[in-house]
Amino acid sequence: MTSTPEKPEAPVAEGQAAPAPAAGPAAAEPEVVPTLSFRTVARSLLKHVTRDRIITLLLGCISIGALFLVWYLGTKYRFEFYIRFKNVPTPAEVFHQLTQVGLSNKYLVNIAISVRRILTGFFIAIAIGVPLGLLIGKYERVRDLCMPCVEILRPIPAIAWVPMSIMLWPNNEAAIVFITFIGAFFPILLNTIHGVHSLDGVLVRAGRCLGANEAQLFWNVILPGSLPHIFTGLAVGMGVAWVSLIAAEMISGQFGVGYFTWEAYSLVDYPAIMLGMITIGVLGLACSGVIRLVGYFLMPWLSYAPGGNR
Amino acid sequence: MSVAEAHADTSKGCIDIRNTGVTFGSDESEIVAVKEVSINVQPGEFVSLIGPSGCGKSTLLSIVAGFVKPTRGEALLDGKKITKPGSDRGVVFQQYSLFPWLSVRKNVEFGLKMAGVDQNRRNATARSLLDLAGLLSFENHYPDQLSGGMKQRIGIVRALATSPQVLLMDEPFGALDTQTRVVMQEILTNIWQQFRISVLFITHDIEESIFLSDRIYVMTARPGRIKAEIKVPLPRPRTPEMTDTPEFMNLVQELKGLIREESLAAMAPEIKDRGLSGFGMKVGPKGVGELY
Ligand SMILES: Nc1ncnc2c1ncn2[C@@H]1O[C@H](COP(=O)(O)OP(=O)(O)OP(=O)(O)O)[C@@H](O)[C@H]1O
Ligand SMILES: [Mg+2]
Repeated sequence: MTSTPEKPEAPVAEGQAAPAPAAGPAAAEPEVVPTLSFRTVARSLLKHVTRDRIITLLLGCISIGALFLVWYLGTKYRFEFYIRFKNVPTPAEVFHQLTQVGLSNKYLVNIAISVRRILTGFFIAIAIGVPLGLLIGKYERVRDLCMPCVEILRPIPAIAWVPMSIMLWPNNEAAIVFITFIGAFFPILLNTIHGVHSLDGVLVRAGRCLGANEAQLFWNVILPGSLPHIFTGLAVGMGVAWVSLIAAEMISGQFGVGYFTWEAYSLVDYPAIMLGMITIGVLGLACSGVIRLVGYFLMPWLSYAPGGNR
Repeated sequence: MSVAEAHADTSKGCIDIRNTGVTFGSDESEIVAVKEVSINVQPGEFVSLIGPSGCGKSTLLSIVAGFVKPTRGEALLDGKKITKPGSDRGVVFQQYSLFPWLSVRKNVEFGLKMAGVDQNRRNATARSLLDLAGLLSFENHYPDQLSGGMKQRIGIVRALATSPQVLLMDEPFGALDTQTRVVMQEILTNIWQQFRISVLFITHDIEESIFLSDRIYVMTARPGRIKAEIKVPLPRPRTPEMTDTPEFMNLVQELKGLIREESLAAMAPEIKDRGLSGFGMKVGPKGVGELY
């Protein structure tokens, strides 16, 4: 079969879901005209509300709720038996703090600066870690060359880099981004290497048999084949990046959520400490949520793979 | 037009393996996988390679595919020495080798994409090949959603998409159940007849090799040599009923005899020395264990 003449040059996207020509067989059933009424939208949304998901959501609420309950009860009755809730602010106080400080410029700017540092460090870590990981995983010689360095630097926690980093970089900002980068880099690198190693050799051979040259092989087989592990690396790396960032901000920082929290401690502003901590938690959650979402859309096939959830 | 017609050139696709030997490892840990083998596949011919496990069948196929360099001798494709893998030789592996991250159609398109064929032509070729394999309705599925037989069918048409001159198949149906195997064999003969392509087919299965082939090479146990070459005079097209004819039965018996000796030799060389007659008594109620 040849390509249909009425089709324009534009390549047809993935799903073959090219819009049917108006004068097609579709005209035979005029009563099925999909209108975008409230009811159809509601129904399509309801389709996603399954029993399974409701339970998931419910358990999630219970989990978070329990945390709050412990906090609430602990502070309400001033629980004191080895651990002391005496100085811990109540949820209400923290909420009050949020409404006061929460919308102030200072707080929002701190968040924005932290997020910027995370994203900068994280994306540099991806840009270096993934290609390097692919090369180390694929070529024995690159591995021999790079792994001794990696193995020596890897055990040094990002926090231990703080003094060095401040000496090394011209300004504070670059130093903090560097520490964030260090935190994210190693999990990403190691998981990428692992991804290449666990790639089934027969897929690489199949790719070469089908005429892929070295560059095509990297781009079309090795990268997509390691992607699940790379995303594991990204999720872990993001977590470590936050830990490193907050530590760096507390020690050397100006601005940032870590700095905000530490400053609150030195000012004995207890509700602000809690607010800072909760902010860090929520931001971390949001970041790993984004990574998981991107992974889901980039690798739709994973849900069919053995051990997938469909 | 059909994809098959693109393969009209029947003068190409000649595989020639000459006095080839392969040795893995070095010094003490040396393994002679293939001793000295000469085989050939003529253009458009279907040739099977059969032999006990570990006798070097896959190694031979890998030489033709371009993954393994022979330590001795050479392998030629249409007179040219084979040095590396390429899309002029389609390969179907024993393990499922579809890319799990690509849809079925994208898998079939893969070779064409590597060759720089534009999206529309890729798409058209892949769809007609999938149609040939009876799997057009699955074009947007992912490999993990398919059964083993479907995956191997797609593996076959994927290997054919780049119009190779030869098709190399390493026990492609080994992982399938008997019923599926029989159907797959028919599909394969069908495809082969349309494409008029040379096939080098590896198998353990005697009936399978007879049903499919024009010629069969029987290999000895490791280190692999060619023990016998057998022509299959059955007419084409082959049908499942032919497996009940006396000619077919005779061939099965002949091959069984050849293979049995080698299989025993492959499992325990000492059995061969004692002779087959002692075998039945030695097994005894305690099983084969006491043989070793
Ligand atoms: N890369 C390798 N390195 C070392 N030895 C190898 C290698 N590949 C194969 N061999 C050895 O060579 C011999 C032949 O292997 P090969 O895979 O060709 O056998 P086969 O006939 O395909 O067996 P089977 O029917 O079980 O697939 C085996 O003894 C195997 O252990
Ligand atoms: Mg094999």
